[in-house]
Amino acid sequence: MTALTASCTVFAVGVLLIIFAYIAWQGIGSVSLRFLLDSPRPVGEGGGIGNAILGTVVLLVLSSAAGMPLGIAVGVYLSEFGGGRFASLVRFVVDTLTGIPSIVTGVFVYAVVVLPLKHFSAFAGGIALGLIMIPIVARTTEEMIRLVPQNLREGALALGAPQWRVTLGVVIPAAASGIATGAMLAVARVSGETAPLLFTAFGSRFFSHYLDQPIASLTVQIYNYAISPYDEWHRRAWAATLVLMTLILGINITVRFFTRKKF
Amino acid sequence: MDHHRHLDDELNELRDRVLLLGGEAERALESAMNALAQRDDAMAREVLDHDDEIDRLEVEIDRQCVDIIALRQPAARDLRFVIAAVKMAPLLERIADHACNIARATLDLNTEPEIKLSGSLQRMADHASSMLRAALDAFTARDAMAAREVIKRDKEINALYNQLFHDLIALMVSEPATATSDARLLFVAKHMERIGDYVTDICELTVYMAEAAIIKHIH
Amino acid sequence: MSVTTTKVPQQFKLPANLASSAGLPTTAVIAVRHLNFFYGRTQALHDISLEIPGRVVIALIGPSGCGKSTFLRTLNRMNDVIPGTRVEGEVFIDGEDIYAPGTDVVDLRRRVGMVFQKSNPFPKSIFDNVAYGLRINRVTNSKAELAERVEQALEDAALWDEVKDRLHQSALGLSGGQQQRLCIARALAIRPEVILMDEPASALDPIATAKIEELIVDLKQKYTIVIVTHNMQQAARVSDTTAFFLLGKLIEVNPTEKIFTAPDQKLTEDYITGRFG
Repeated sequence: MTALTASCTVFAVGVLLIIFAYIAWQGIGSVSLRFLLDSPRPVGEGGGIGNAILGTVVLLVLSSAAGMPLGIAVGVYLSEFGGGRFASLVRFVVDTLTGIPSIVTGVFVYAVVVLPLKHFSAFAGGIALGLIMIPIVARTTEEMIRLVPQNLREGALALGAPQWRVTLGVVIPAAASGIATGAMLAVARVSGETAPLLFTAFGSRFFSHYLDQPIASLTVQIYNYAISPYDEWHRRAWAATLVLMTLILGINITVRFFTRKKF
Repeated sequence: MDHHRHLDDELNELRDRVLLLGGEAERALESAMNALAQRDDAMAREVLDHDDEIDRLEVEIDRQCVDIIALRQPAARDLRFVIAAVKMAPLLERIADHACNIARATLDLNTEPEIKLSGSLQRMADHASSMLRAALDAFTARDAMAAREVIKRDKEINALYNQLFHDLIALMVSEPATATSDARLLFVAKHMERIGDYVTDICELTVYMAEAAIIKHIH
Repeated sequence: MSVTTTKVPQQFKLPANLASSAGLPTTAVIAVRHLNFFYGRTQALHDISLEIPGRVVIALIGPSGCGKSTFLRTLNRMNDVIPGTRVEGEVFIDGEDIYAPGTDVVDLRRRVGMVFQKSNPFPKSIFDNVAYGLRINRVTNSKAELAERVEQALEDAALWDEVKDRLHQSALGLSGGQQQRLCIARALAIRPEVILMDEPASALDPIATAKIEELIVDLKQKYTIVIVTHNMQQAARVSDTTAFFLLGKLIEVNPTEKIFTAPDQKLTEDYITGRFG
């Protein structure tokens, strides 16, 4: 039995390592400081993905700001007060939202934000990604909070803590690392989204200065490079992919480090 | 659920042992009195020989009571029963000891001419025997009321003893030749009176066991 | 205030002329009157009436499911967190019916503390655990006073010597027995009048249990303690009074010596001699 599960683990991990190694092999050649800092230039003139990296970061920050507080709040609501019919309805809606194709979310935000404002924007991209994030964060938050033993809540209540205090001061801190993991998973998920950004953030060849303007992102940039007819741009696509994967890995490790169990 | 079955078995075993000891004490008393009345040496010696067995039974009961308390932590009526048993065993053993003393007195008395008494001694003996039997019956039935009745009868033994005391003293004065035998008979009467007291103690324990009322020293 | 141990009176029946809002005997800290408790449609407690004077230890015994834990939790309204529960009757703590509308439940729980069967320290430091109640109730603004109260509570719970050098380490690093004493310290820190204990030692080894029992007997000098236990010998060891519950009814309440040597009710005697349950 051990041999079977061990070999499955080796297989799974191995596949991931192979993917990463392949991407690294394909892309590492084109990665340079230039590449990381410059904005794109016409083919043959060099340039880089600096604006795309910045753009992705900006979009992740915006979407986290939009999606995480709301997602966590919904998760807390569902777990702490989730008995009634309204809560069941909310849970159902959240579950459904998890399954909506991201391109649909993109189109929705296009209609609701981009059209009235008459241009694409980082803002719209953030909202779109945030909307995708909310149900994921809500569900994992709810699960993590449910895992906090009832015993702990009762201990705090018995000391004369009102319910809100128990939730805020005892339950959420106890579930903190689990909630962070869920949030980080959501970030990792949306950082790979391309389709919704096509309709909202759109992409740009320049460093963006305002949030109400279109903004580049790694995913869209990879898409643009990949479908181009130029070999040089194909190589850049691989390099950008490598950068994106490294970014996601970096986020993973950082979050895990800061939410490691001290108590 | 095994717990209480074993406890019940052990309590029953203890009760049976106590009743066995009680029966032995009864028998010893009756034999000793018969030996005295019939001036029968052989019967008297039998009583003396049998005493070791009685002592052994008492020790066994002691040991079993301690075991039950240590291992079973009996509570309420079970606890009171065990406490009663551990206090009753030495009482029964002492009754048997007094029977032995009567047997020894018989052996001594048989070396001398017979003394004719008015029958008070025989009445005392019958009384003591029947009190002991009634006390053991009350214990078996956990009948506090019956036990209280037996306690009342102790007065009669005391009255008989006082009567015998005066009769024997008078006899010693009027016929000095038989003084030694008279004295021995007086001691026999005293043993009988002590047996009555022990039977009273046994009844008090029965009342305690049945009602949790401690009535010693107050009647 | 002199510290004397109140000898529990023999008679536990409420005087017949006590009307619902009439005055209570001043020695009774807790008075329960005709308490009925329902989980939805199931009735868990039937017409319970009981008085508990100050500074005694009263043990609640009975077989599993007899309602003793449910009853305990009615005393600090912890059953409120379970949906669908309903209470009829009155529970007076210090003369006030805690089920009267408008009762401040949070305040009630400050006055009536609770220790649970499975120790439940917060995932914080030892110091922060004990200080939690003090902080949320804003007992003091001074850091020095806070530290003093924490130390006092840990001493009262016989834990200070073992943890004084590691107050800022995690509470979860303590042994089971120590964690339970920490929970007791945490409850003591806010100086309740009554401490409710729901089988506090049932998850502990014999030595840790013995320490908790010693602690309970010591605490009796300052607090009224109501302890639920399924271990009859424990009830015999620590309590002054014992109440026997069966199937949601209160069968008998009496001084502990009486319950264990000559109880009034046959049902009680059958239970403590192990004839059932």
